[in-house]
Amino acid sequence: MTSKVVTIASGKGGVGKTTAVANIAVALAQDGRKVVCIDGDIGLRNLDVVMGLENRIVYDLVDVVEGRCRLRQAMIRDKRLPELFLIPAAQTRDKNAVSPSDMVRLCDELRQECEWILIDSPAGIERGFRNTIAPADKVLIVTNPEVSAVRDADRVIGLLEADGKTDQGLIINRVNLSMVKRGDMLSVDDVLDLLAIEVVGIVPEDENVIVGSNRGTPIVLDGKSKASQAFMNISQRLQGQRVPFIDLEDHEGLWTRLTKLARGGE
Amino acid sequence: MSDSNLVQIKGLRDGLLVTLGDAEWEVLHAALLGQIGEKADFFKGAKLALDVGNQDLHVAEITTLRDELSERGIMLWAILSNSSTTENTSQILGLATRLSKLRPETNAPVHPPGTEDFAMWVKRTVRSGVRLEHEGNVVVLGDVNPGAEIVASGSVIVWGRLRGVVHAGAQGDKEAVVCALDLSPTQLRIAAEIATTPERRSQPYPEMARLKEGHLVAEPWEPG
Repeated sequence: MTSKVVTIASGKGGVGKTTAVANIAVALAQDGRKVVCIDGDIGLRNLDVVMGLENRIVYDLVDVVEGRCRLRQAMIRDKRLPELFLIPAAQTRDKNAVSPSDMVRLCDELRQECEWILIDSPAGIERGFRNTIAPADKVLIVTNPEVSAVRDADRVIGLLEADGKTDQGLIINRVNLSMVKRGDMLSVDDVLDLLAIEVVGIVPEDENVIVGSNRGTPIVLDGKSKASQAFMNISQRLQGQRVPFIDLEDHEGLWTRLTKLARGGE
Repeated sequence: MSDSNLVQIKGLRDGLLVTLGDAEWEVLHAALLGQIGEKADFFKGAKLALDVGNQDLHVAEITTLRDELSERGIMLWAILSNSSTTENTSQILGLATRLSKLRPETNAPVHPPGTEDFAMWVKRTVRSGVRLEHEGNVVVLGDVNPGAEIVASGSVIVWGRLRGVVHAGAQGDKEAVVCALDLSPTQLRIAAEIATTPERRSQPYPEMARLKEGHLVAEPWEPG
């Protein structure tokens, strides 16, 4: 079986790494792929909450690495999608409990039975980040159209290049079209101008994402909103399909028309 | 070969220079930590420059070593190497790759001998967190992103967008210039003068910044 290890990183915290992992994993699993997500944020685990699997944790990543359980025992199966699994992080330990070579070994074992292995990287560029990068075949960098997030993404890209991880993709998350329109937010072009790497996804800002995270139901499971469509497109692109990007101009046009309509009605 | 042949220690003005011999990185790494373990008190609090010869080192190796050294109270500040991979990696991690620190000094030699006609050639995007230091001129084919720093004793030419921090004439050369196709640095320094970029007003065009009667000015960059 060909399998691929994809790490989702960002440098800056709070840009939507964990949400991206959960939604891309669900989208891949809905396409019938066997997917396992690994929460690499040891000590500050979140992915289990966002995926709604918190109450089913018995063993975690550190238990596997330290030999207290078999790999299969730490893989929590998602009841909604039987091909989707989560290996949660330990909450009571820190990043030093795992080494980069542990992660490589763990992923090599997972490659035997899973098609997609998605790793949620912690914020920062220290040990936790290096752990999650070590086994990656591809790294997706999540950023927001904000100067500080883009600056950190740039730093992460530089570190990845130096480490020979050249298969990279960019996800621009939380793009607020009306703010871009007003000139109050960086546009997708501004971000690309600076980072100059391949884009795999542009995700519009959507409050349903937060609602979904709080409920433990990644929005892709509902599949209605624009943001969930964007995550599904990312999953398609990862699988090698050419999917056009949601036409931002078109949406902008529509948005402007709606705003104008609303203004006209005042 | 014994550990002491693989790891040679020399005192510098403000720290230690450790030169590693020729062996596998794992062997050298273990030998270095071994030596440090034996002389823990001697090394504690030291500023360490490491000459790794031809070793190709990547981020993981250098950061691991840096962490290990820092746990032992040693500050790794420079890595010297003949390998361009190692040099790149060190620069990206913010480590020096030369022993001489470039500092603005009055009465410093204007052009260090033999550097006028040569330049450091950088053909890539210089990203945030990278610090390039060079005694001489620097030419970048690519962008210099915000958060990146270039410090040169000579001039700096960027065939791309310059948005990071550049210090030309860092040893006091008032003739040094900074050119870029889009000159929008976070901060620009020539010799001891510092300036920031005014709000961009129009389409960018190539500009050259230099010192004119003691003030930093930017003018359209034209051939000749």
